[in-house]
Formats: sequence, structure tokens, C-alpha cells
Amino acid sequence: MAFGPHLLLATLEGLVTSAVLALMALGLSLVFGVMRVVNVAHGEFFMLGAVLAWAVTTTLGGNPALGFLAALVISPLIVGAVALLAERLVLRRLNYNPESTIVATIGLLYIIQQLALTFYGPDARPVAAPFNYRISLPWFGYSGYKLSIIGASALLLLATWFVLTRTRIGLVMRATQYDSETAQAFGIPVDRVYAGVFALGAMLAAVAAVLIVPISQAHYLMGLDPLLLSFIVVIIGGLGSLRGTVVAALLIGVSDGVISVFFSPTLAKIIATLVVAMVLVFRPQGLFGTVRR
Amino acid sequence: MRHDGFKPAALHGAVIALLFALNFILPDYHHGLLARILVLAVFAMGYNLLFGYVGLLSLGHAMFFSAGLYGAGLTIYHLGWSVPAAFGTGLVAGAVLALIIGLLALRTTGVAFMIVTLMFAQVFYLSILYFASWTGGDQGLVLQQQQRMLDVGGLSLDLTDPTTRYMAALALFCVVLIATLLVARSAFGRVLVAIRENEERTKMLGYDTFANKLAAVVASGVICAASGAAYALLFGYVGSTLASVQYSILPLLWVLLGGAATTLGPLIGTVFMYYVIDVTSGYTSAYMLVVGIALILLVLYFPKGVLGTIRDRWVRWLP
Repeated sequence: MAFGPHLLLATLEGLVTSAVLALMALGLSLVFGVMRVVNVAHGEFFMLGAVLAWAVTTTLGGNPALGFLAALVISPLIVGAVALLAERLVLRRLNYNPESTIVATIGLLYIIQQLALTFYGPDARPVAAPFNYRISLPWFGYSGYKLSIIGASALLLLATWFVLTRTRIGLVMRATQYDSETAQAFGIPVDRVYAGVFALGAMLAAVAAVLIVPISQAHYLMGLDPLLLSFIVVIIGGLGSLRGTVVAALLIGVSDGVISVFFSPTLAKIIATLVVAMVLVFRPQGLFGTVRR
Repeated sequence: MRHDGFKPAALHGAVIALLFALNFILPDYHHGLLARILVLAVFAMGYNLLFGYVGLLSLGHAMFFSAGLYGAGLTIYHLGWSVPAAFGTGLVAGAVLALIIGLLALRTTGVAFMIVTLMFAQVFYLSILYFASWTGGDQGLVLQQQQRMLDVGGLSLDLTDPTTRYMAALALFCVVLIATLLVARSAFGRVLVAIRENEERTKMLGYDTFANKLAAVVASGVICAASGAAYALLFGYVGSTLASVQYSILPLLWVLLGGAATTLGPLIGTVFMYYVIDVTSGYTSAYMLVVGIALILLVLYFPKGVLGTIRDRWVRWLP
């Protein structure tokens, strides 16, 4: 294959990564923005979403499209419930102290990972794509499902943007993010907003996982890499900024795709991680600086 | 708050004497396990210096541990250096890395500090995998017995021999334990605690908090590197799993369990956690579940750990 088509393929693959990454990073960013909690277990919610998608589709059997649609609804709901439970039982009792919650979510990470290993096993298992349609380009055929991931992610991002900026729920969330004490004084149930935001963040990760699982299999260790990438996206994109998150996800996803095709993926990760660490060191206001009150 | 130094000195002497005596009493299996625990307790003590006394929560200490591990392991494996030279290389590697990381990471605070250290450690880990032709990647390298002979004035000590290994681990443990006890009671140690309690006020009193924090990061890095170098020399294995995120979380867990900012807490935490995992792995392979639940329970109900709680309730003089 010539260089041009090869680059196009790498870019398309990168766009698919970006689409999934944007959803997941948005969840992380919402949770950090509103609650000031760094959710280290976010990658495990992603993994749980994928594993549950496998469980739902194999239990239902039958038509892959129906099974997939069922998984797209059921899996995020269960993951959201798990997140809600964790929030009520653990995070709330820690008063959302940033350092304690990091340790607690690390604990959560280990628990979810181990439960997945115990009940799901160490194998990577595939989920059938809802449809198999290949779009033939002049140089190569490309999976129509992969393109539909990009579309679905764009729709979900638009919906989230709409909720955040145009509805009462979004207003309440932004008020809590801006100043939780004043919000409370104005009668906003901050406590319930926190619970909702944490569940919503986890559900976004789960949706991202269900979308990606037909092309990348479900495995109990699949959460770590997306977690690090989401951190990177959130840091580069700036906190609480939906637009920043999407732009950063595009940047990271596409460059990750392109660099991984032409260079070693390990080297790509080393460079990306190092660059982001330096951004955090020399421009801490980019992400965490705006948080200080 | 200076107390008479007799009770703490007696307590630490008794702990060291007990560990020495255990060498002769313990059955083989536990003897080997305890040697490993002593080396890892040094790792925890290094972590405790930064986390407990300065209040800086790092999620990347595996890189300091593995700097010592690879500093010692690679020089022996590729260059055939002697044990003391390799150990020294490990320490220097840890000190240099800690200095660089400290200069960069200390520009951030709080949550950003945790993420930055996590990321630097991840870069270190990935680099080990990337240079697999030198480091052996995730397979790791095994150091042979003849490479692990320590020559002391005509006497040749075999570090693969269980008793020698135990005594070497205990010696390192004692040196670091006494060093941390001295640091905790020194002026430097009290400045570190002051920074933890209120950095702005400490600055206002005229202390250079950045320099003190940097010194603490380097000291902590060197101690962790010493533990890593000893691990390579005593157990003869150097591998990338020892640089993974998990080995950054474990010292945090050990210190939280034993009690942050207590001199003996890291030892208690390491012994306890190691045996909990050892015992539970007899029944189930789900040891990560134990680690996870322990972390959450600790942070919910015992944020001060075993010795921290004992110190608060009963034994006020505990260092």
C-alpha cells in the first residue's frame, strides 16, 4: 500500500480511537470538574462495560444487532448502578477529600479487576458487531461499523453538550462545579448532584466500551491504557471544557493512531506520556490550576 | 515536643534484636519470606519519608525502586561489576532520578503531583519494555550465583545463602530504620512535618520549603533505590513487573496500614500485608481483592494506620 492510503487508514483508525476516548475522557472530566475527585477506577468502569456487553449478548443470543442494542442500554445502566453504590458507600463518607478518594478509587480498581478476573476469566472474548458492512474505498475496504462508532460518539457528545448548556440539570451541575457551597445555599441538592455526576461519568465510560468491544474484544485488563489516555486528554484539553476534551481526544487519538502505525506503539506511549507530564509540570493551570478556590 | 530518647531507643533495639533472633528460630519458608519482607520494608520506609513526614503522596515510587534494581542488576549482568560497585550504582541511579523528578514534580502540588509522578513512573516502566534487548523486558534477567558473591577482606560471602541473605537484608533494614529515626527527631525532620502541616506558615518562618522538599524526595528516592538494589542482589531477579504501577501502590498500602509518619509502621504494614496475601492465596487467587478492600477500609476507618492509632490513643511517645 502506498504512503497516502496508509496514512488515510491510520487516520481513520485514529478517529475511531478518538471517538471512544472523547466519551471516556468526558466522563473523567465531569467527575473531576464537579466533584474534584480523580477517579482512578474510571478505566475499570470501561472494562466492566465491555465485559457486561459480552455477558448480555451471549445471554440473549439470537440476532447480533438486537443483542448489541440491548447491551448498549443494559451495560451502562449496571455500571452506573455500581458507580452509584461506590459513591454512596465510600466516596461520600470520605467527604470527597481529593487524596483519600484517590486511594479509595485505587482500591475500587483492584476490586473490580479481581471480580472480573474471577467471574469472567483471563480470556479475551469477542462480541459480534451489530452489522457487517464494508465500505469499499479505492485502496482498501473499511468497516462500516467503525465509521458508525464515530457517528454514535459524535451524537452522544452533542447530547451531553446540550444537557450541560441548555437544560436545568446542566445548569445545576455547572453551578455545583463553580461553587458547591453557594450552590447548596441556593437550595441545590449538591449531595445528589455528586451521586448523579459520578454515575453519569461511569456510564459514559461504559457506553464507550460497548461501542468499542465489537472491534477490540473484552478483557479484564483492558481498562488501564484507556485510563492513562483519558488522563492525558483531560489534562491537555483543560478541565470541564467539553470542546477542549473533544479537541484533545482528536489530537491524541489521531496522533496515537498515526505514530503507532509508523513507529513502535511503546515509543508512541512513552513520548505522549512524557509530553503530558511536562505540560502538567510547566502549565499546571492548564488543568488543575483553575480548581483552586 | 522532644521526649527523652530512652524509650524509643529501647523499643527499636528490641525490634532489631527480635528480628535477629528470628533468623535462628524461623522455619525455612518463613525465613526466606521475612528476608524479602525486610527488603520491601526498606522500600516502604523510603516511601514513608515522603508520604508520612512531608505529606507528599507519590504514585510513582516504583521508578525509584526499579532505578536501584536496574542500576545494580544491569551493571552486574552486562558489565560484570562487583556487588558493592553495583549496589553503589543503584544508589546513584536512584539519587539522580529522584533529583530530576523532584525538580520537575515539586513544581506541582496535590492531585497534580500524584498524576505527574504516576506518569513519570509509567514512562520509566515503558522505557524498560522499549529497551528490552538490554533490560530483558517483561521476561527480566536472572543474576547467577557466582555474580552475587560479596568479598569482604578475603572473606567471600555468598548472597544466595539463606542466612547470609537474611543478615544482609537485616543489616540494610537496621541502617535505614535508625536513619529514619534520626531524621524524624532531627531539625530537618521537624521542618518536613511543619511543611506537611502548613507549608505557607513554614515558608513565612523563613524556611526554604522547596529545598527541604527536594532533599526529602532525594532521600526517599535513595532509600527506595537501596531497597531495589538489595532486591536485585539478594534475590537475583530483575524484571519490569517490579517497575509497574502496582509496585507504586503497594508501598502506599503498606505505609497506610502500618501508620504514616511512624518509624516502625512501614515494617508492620509490610509484614501484615505480605502475610495476609500469603495466607489468602492459600484459599483463593483473588489477592487483588484483598488489596483493594484493605485500601478502602483503611482510608475509611483507619486513616492513621495501626501505629498511628496506637500513638493517638495510648502510647504518646511512639516515634
